[in-house]
Amino acid sequence: MARGTTVVHQYLRHDAIFPHVWCPGCGNGIVLGALIRAVHHLGYPKDEIVLVSGIGCSSRMPLYVDFNTLHTVHGRALTFATGIKLANSRLRVIVVMGDGDAVAIGGNHFIHAARRNMDLTAIILNNRIYGMTGGQSSPTTPYGMYSTTDPYSHIEPAFDISEMAACAGATFVARSTVYHAQLLQSLMEKAIPKKGFSVVEVITHCHVQFGRANKLGTHIDMMKRQRDQAVPVEKAQTMSPEELKDKIPIGILTDMVRPVYNEEYENLKKRAGLTN
Amino acid sequence: MAERYEILLSGFGGQGLILAGIVLAEAIGIYEGKYVAQTQSYGPEARGGRSRAGIVVSDQPIDYPKTNSIDLLLAMSQDACDTYFTNLKPSGLLFVDSTFVKDVPVDDAISIPFTEIARKEIGSIMVANIVALGAISRCSNIVTVESLKKALVTKIPRETEDINLRALEAGIAAAGKFAHRYLINSLQNASKRKISI
Amino acid sequence: MTEKEKVIPIKTNAAKEVLIHGNEAVVEGAIAAGCRFFAGYPITPATEIAEGMSIRLPKIGGTFIQMEDEMASLGSVVGASLAGVKAMTATSGPGFSLMQEILGYACMIEVPCVVVDVMRGGPSTGLPTSPSQGDVMLARWGSHGTHPIIVLAVSTVEDCFDVTVTAFNFSEKFRTPVIVLSDEIVAHTREKVALPSADGVTIVNRIRPTVPAEWFQPYENTPGGVPPMAIYGDGYRYHTTGLIHDSRGFPTDKKEEIKTFYERIHKKISQRFHEIQIVKNFFTEDADIIIIAYGSVARSSLLAAKTARQNGLKVGLLQLVTLFPFPRKAVETVLRQSRAVIVPEMNLGQISREVKRVNAKHSAVITLNRVDSDLITPKEILAKIQEVV
Repeated sequence: MARGTTVVHQYLRHDAIFPHVWCPGCGNGIVLGALIRAVHHLGYPKDEIVLVSGIGCSSRMPLYVDFNTLHTVHGRALTFATGIKLANSRLRVIVVMGDGDAVAIGGNHFIHAARRNMDLTAIILNNRIYGMTGGQSSPTTPYGMYSTTDPYSHIEPAFDISEMAACAGATFVARSTVYHAQLLQSLMEKAIPKKGFSVVEVITHCHVQFGRANKLGTHIDMMKRQRDQAVPVEKAQTMSPEELKDKIPIGILTDMVRPVYNEEYENLKKRAGLTN
Repeated sequence: MAERYEILLSGFGGQGLILAGIVLAEAIGIYEGKYVAQTQSYGPEARGGRSRAGIVVSDQPIDYPKTNSIDLLLAMSQDACDTYFTNLKPSGLLFVDSTFVKDVPVDDAISIPFTEIARKEIGSIMVANIVALGAISRCSNIVTVESLKKALVTKIPRETEDINLRALEAGIAAAGKFAHRYLINSLQNASKRKISI
Repeated sequence: MTEKEKVIPIKTNAAKEVLIHGNEAVVEGAIAAGCRFFAGYPITPATEIAEGMSIRLPKIGGTFIQMEDEMASLGSVVGASLAGVKAMTATSGPGFSLMQEILGYACMIEVPCVVVDVMRGGPSTGLPTSPSQGDVMLARWGSHGTHPIIVLAVSTVEDCFDVTVTAFNFSEKFRTPVIVLSDEIVAHTREKVALPSADGVTIVNRIRPTVPAEWFQPYENTPGGVPPMAIYGDGYRYHTTGLIHDSRGFPTDKKEEIKTFYERIHKKISQRFHEIQIVKNFFTEDADIIIIAYGSVARSSLLAAKTARQNGLKVGLLQLVTLFPFPRKAVETVLRQSRAVIVPEMNLGQISREVKRVNAKHSAVITLNRVDSDLITPKEILAKIQEVV
């Protein structure tokens, strides 16, 4: 067994709850693997990690991993995470969401968590579709694509999740694809310890829904497209908008320092007169 | 005392009637040891429109918290006087701010220009409410000046303490000429009556 | 006259008398009960609770946060409770409607928390500054799906303190959200309350597991139905989900496990009805006309009952503090002994439906409803009594 797999198995609840619900070829497992290796590499005890999710395929992730795990309601995962972090600042709270979960039903919570700069890490698996409910369009479905609710093609522009996060105030924003699994792990290793609201957007594929509706081939074909579409952020900065069309900039998009809500509140307590 | 003694302070928004109600309720409840329930007009009508603060006083825990059969009515506007006078008991006490209430419905009302006094003697119409409280303490047995002062200083900014206490004294002085008519304890009167709703 | 009252055993010694309104008393009660986290969103007529918490909590090491909406408020309250901090939110009708999905989630994952709904006229924006009792059935059945819930109603400022403490105690003891129904009248009436000293309040805390982590079953079917609750960081790593789950917290579709789950979350409440169902009896012992009321309307009812007694009528009042689980036993008792029961409510009939449901033709159930933004007056209730006579 490869060393990476050995590490992953130390963290899975494989004796309890497998098989998982994900389709063969799904990218979610790659993200879970990267997350486990990142936490392992950072050396955080399992007891200190709280993995929170909303509703959707990717939000089933916490079930399979031996952390404190919380599978919440659709769109509101960040609000539960906010309460957990404010109640116990020693916990490292990581939130896994899909694109529909994070920026459709949960869009308001997403921008406000970023605005407050709440000390949380959001990992958003963006497959541009609602997978679990059978392939409906999401706020990240590109213009002109097909879904089960876009039989005549999608007429709405898509959100850029990473740009939105940065605009709303997130202090660390990075993007990877599941094809770039090692980059993904290294971005997570930077995002999780980062003070403030950190976001890792992961471009992944849903070959079963999005791929089939848009004739994009197998999961392997779709991952090859990820490889071909990805350009490092540094290179993307030198490219024109025309050249960037259909490209996916990957790497660290934002890394800055801003006052963190949790620390601000500690100061507020002192101003309010809290002693000790 | 009676099972219920009801006070209603009324006028228009901005006259400080709700603050006056809170001060009076605190004085009677905390410093004179009675049970009190203080209610008030709430919402958009409290801004600019009609404003009122009700206080029910009793020696026993209070059931219905709102006023409906008033023992002591303060009216600081003609509109409030016209509206609430109908709820005043025949034996009840009526205080009116004669600055605004020109048409007084009864002869024995305690008619004092609270706002005028506040403007002329204290230099701010903001404390007309406190002038009125001073008059109430002088002409009724529902609250003592001492209790009123204690309650007042806990409810106002420290820097306004001086003008508020002066306003209270001005009210007491202005009510002097009415005081003899109301030495008979209005509460003793009230206690002879059966409760009515 | 007899006056029997089931007292809520909370305060043992009073320290300080203050004149405060109902919303302020909720703040005091919550803090006395050990609440150290509040998340809320501004809404009339509940806002003073959030304002009070924003002042008080940071001073004592707690956390206040104003969230972006009511769903976020209750979500973060549930999160804080999972991390071991007693937590509360407060809202009014429109916000309470929004919270329902997460309230159901809190029932499903059995997380202690308290939700205060200061009722105003509805539906929709309705009458934002006027009292109402229109949210009674929303509190009971607002979430989709079959679930137990505890709903308590306050009628005085003192109640706001006592019942809020009781709400926290029930929520911790039974691992369930507890809803406190207040209304605009109680919320904004100032009364004198004797606030107890810190050690003068009886507080219940959730039971935490003591077994080795590998033995721990977060949703174990214990005899009382309330499994010990581990908090994050304790070393008991477990899974929590809104899906129907087995005793380990993992999703299940096995019929036996589904049945066990539903039975347990209901039995933990139904086995303890005697403890949860709080009522107050006023002059009911020899009464043949009995008013059943709750919230601020109970106060109008009490004055009406006293006045009727002065007029020689045998009228009593059964005040419901616990609305759900519906105090059937106490209501059946007054239905059996009376020829008529009057149920005054500031809605078009919600608790009266429950009274009718348990009536079994013992007594005539007469409704008295008002939805025009005013409190039902003692006069109206007295008129109804005279009609019955």
